[in-house]
Amino acid sequence: MRAYSSILSYTILCVLAVAASKYGILNAYLQLILMYVGINIILSTSLNIVNGYMGEFSVGHAGFMAVGAYVASILSVMLFAGSSIFGPPILPPSSAIYLFPVTLVAGGAAAALAGLLVAIPSFKTRGDYLAIITLAVNYIVKSSVENIQPIGGARGFMGMRNVIDSMQKVINLPWIMIWVLICVGVTVWIIHRFVNTTYGKGIVAIRDDEIAAEIMSINTRRMKIVAFMLSSGLAGVAGGLFAHVLGYINPGTFTIMKSTEVLVMVYLGGMGSLSGSVMSAIVFTLALEAFRPLGIVKWVVVPLLLILLMLFRPEGIMGHRELPDVFPKLRKLFKSYES
Amino acid sequence: MALLQIEKLTHLFGGLRAVSDLNLVLEGGELMGLIGPNGAGKTTVFNLVSGFYRPSEGQIRFLDQDIRGMRPHEVTALGIARTFQNIRLWNSLSVFENLCVSQHHQLGCGFLQSVLRTSRFIKSERRVKRTAQELMDLLGLRHCALEIPKNLPYGLQRRVEIGRALSLRPRLLLLDEPAAGMNPGEVDRLIELILWIRDEFKLTICLIEHHMRVVMSVCEKMKVLDFGETIAEGRPDEIRQDPRVIEAYLGEEEPGHAGGI
Repeated sequence: MRAYSSILSYTILCVLAVAASKYGILNAYLQLILMYVGINIILSTSLNIVNGYMGEFSVGHAGFMAVGAYVASILSVMLFAGSSIFGPPILPPSSAIYLFPVTLVAGGAAAALAGLLVAIPSFKTRGDYLAIITLAVNYIVKSSVENIQPIGGARGFMGMRNVIDSMQKVINLPWIMIWVLICVGVTVWIIHRFVNTTYGKGIVAIRDDEIAAEIMSINTRRMKIVAFMLSSGLAGVAGGLFAHVLGYINPGTFTIMKSTEVLVMVYLGGMGSLSGSVMSAIVFTLALEAFRPLGIVKWVVVPLLLILLMLFRPEGIMGHRELPDVFPKLRKLFKSYES
Repeated sequence: MALLQIEKLTHLFGGLRAVSDLNLVLEGGELMGLIGPNGAGKTTVFNLVSGFYRPSEGQIRFLDQDIRGMRPHEVTALGIARTFQNIRLWNSLSVFENLCVSQHHQLGCGFLQSVLRTSRFIKSERRVKRTAQELMDLLGLRHCALEIPKNLPYGLQRRVEIGRALSLRPRLLLLDEPAAGMNPGEVDRLIELILWIRDEFKLTICLIEHHMRVVMSVCEKMKVLDFGETIAEGRPDEIRQDPRVIEAYLGEEEPGHAGGI
């Protein structure tokens, strides 16, 4: 039972959150914050795989989020909601209630494929050079979307709200919140399992010494592909969720600003620390909301905090450690830490 | 059939002829030493055999298979393991984890099995951990299993490196200056270790070394390189008398001084 106690605790928290949303204890604003926290957790943990555990420098994470957002939204609208571009829905809107995850998976898969655009150059380049490539991929995605007029181009794409509404007509629950919470749980579960196996530790070996990794029988190319695709695929899922939370997306959301936000979360939490990324996503999202009254000054304060972070605690909140390393009593909750 | 056959191996870095027309045959169970002054091309030979470079000319055959152009992890999978001049252990992982992760190729499990923790995965992890534990016992590393390598004394780090190479279950072990930076006590233990692992693991070992005591105690045959060319080969006692070898290491003999290394 111990192995499942963390999953159980999380499930209980989710049920409470959903119940609180349905019965109005959490108002719409707080629900939105909670969903943003969830999406940011997925984004920062997924970027941590590549930037933290594998030690690469990927600065274009928002590009993969955009791919996932657009693919999931277009599919979702095409299948479940009518629109002027695609015509009437292909499937009955009520089927969205059990087929919605398909759009998220499709968004994730498309983003994972886009991840190959970065994975393959990573065979030959590292560090700053790879960073430039990832930045370029971010812009390629954004500019491509801007130039595809049928899906709105720079004006954006909408219609996802109808899909969520049709789900709520069948059973009245805050569906998008449920899906965000499920995806956060699945994401953290997958990443935790991946990095705690001998197979997953191969990417840490690549970070520490790639040449030694190569000679010690690790197929570094395959590991890089796995890591990049996992990272960008999860970012795509986050993008799909983001699109459905907002109901409207445009390419302007997925620029280097967004990528930088995710980078900050990863560095704030500690590279190579999963619990660090989760905590920093929560702290960062809440802090950003707390600074909202400052208006445009927020964008001075946040980068300033990043500078202070890099000066005084560059390893982030958790450094390379995980929560059970700092609080050994928590080991009871996490079975993998028994050697 | 010889274990390793190198024929007319030549490698150029631009205009620099790092290795020139090297011929080498290693039979199973042999302990060979590759010596020569710095810059003679010894590590380049190792890099060519392990797959980091594709040789400009010549042939390299391992178990009668042409291994030129194979990627390093493929060469390793065939049964050749090597250590490095500078210790290249993974310092974010403990000694135990270092010995586990080097068995990556033998895992037989991919991403899906690792995440879903299938029974195949569980068996594979158990096997990997057992091998790592056995190696730690054999090499006397149990007490530092959870330490990270850079916190250990140099002699122990070397031992972990050799252990890591052994976890690959190689037929041929290439040791690049294993005694570098060791004090005399550590050197003695290293000599014992090399002789012991050759018998215990039924290995063939090829050694690059500057430390003459190691070379003379351990190697059964030797090859001397200078500026990429082979200048002498034979048994250790023949080599130490060879005037060309002495000249390569010490310069020309001055009249009135005794020779010998």
